Amino acid sequence: MTDGHTNLHKHTGLYLGIFALLVVGTIATVGASRVDLSHGLSVVVALLIAGVKASLVAAVFMHLKWEKAPALWLTLVLCGIFFAALLLLPMLAVQDLPPQVKIGTWG
Amino acid sequence: MTTNLLPYTVKPHPITEMYSGKFGMWLFLASEVMLFGALFSAFILLKVTAPMEGAAAWPTHEEAHLSWKIGAFNTLVLILSSVTMVFAWAALKGGDLAKGKKYLAATLVLAIVFLVVKILMEYIPHINHGYVPSTSVFFGLYYTMTGLHGLHIVGGIVVIGYFLGPGAALYHENPEYYTNRIECTGLYWHFVDLVWIFLFPTIYLMN
Repeated sequence: MTDGHTNLHKHTGLYLGIFALLVVGTIATVGASRVDLSHGLSVVVALLIAGVKASLVAAVFMHLKWEKAPALWLTLVLCGIFFAALLLLPMLAVQDLPPQVKIGTWG
Repeated sequence: MTTNLLPYTVKPHPITEMYSGKFGMWLFLASEVMLFGALFSAFILLKVTAPMEGAAAWPTHEEAHLSWKIGAFNTLVLILSSVTMVFAWAALKGGDLAKGKKYLAATLVLAIVFLVVKILMEYIPHINHGYVPSTSVFFGLYYTMTGLHGLHIVGGIVVIGYFLGPGAALYHENPEYYTNRIECTGLYWHFVDLVWIFLFPTIYLMN
């Protein structure tokens, strides 16, 4: 590990705690999908929980919480911007679709 | 003692402030985000614009024969494998090769369990039911996304297997270098887990 987090290998309790949270998150994801929410809302809830779980993995298991190197963070920020653009493109594309496609009656 | 020709395999590089293997792995993972991100993007666009009826309609879980229980089981297997992976690195960092190899072996077993479940309980029954990539847009994406993820699992199995076997000799020559290689393997493995964390709700819970 780089300087500043040389004792990370002693954080056994933290790793087990994150494991427990990830298990709870998985149960919550399944639970949220079975609650009778509107379709759009259930998708948002499921993706939000997945986002929290992914953040826990990245922060603790991948040690990002302790990383301070600017080169790494610059890489990740650029990656995040392009990833957001990648997800934004289909959303913008959907806005331009003809009405029969939007309501699913084109097939 | 062999001569290490690669610079900055242990000490931090003066510019990136970390050893080069780790920075290289992060750059690779950034490219992987784009790869899987494009597939998720395609999945969302095609799902949102799918017709409500007819051959091109998006199937329900029942129609697609997808069990959330199998998906959830494999999610837990991968999460557990991430814990054993980080424990392997922690043991090596603490100077315990035997313990580190035990956790690496546990990670390897869990990775194989994931693949076996995926193939025996999903791919083979799907193919027997006649659901192949050409069946529909959904199955085309399903096989592409889960198949690509599965290939990453296979890659992880090969690398972890190597470091459990012949690659472990490096520990006796340069334990810190070996430990760093396991950390890079761990970064890759956690990313594979992270992709599945998004694949599980997308494929198994959203139809």
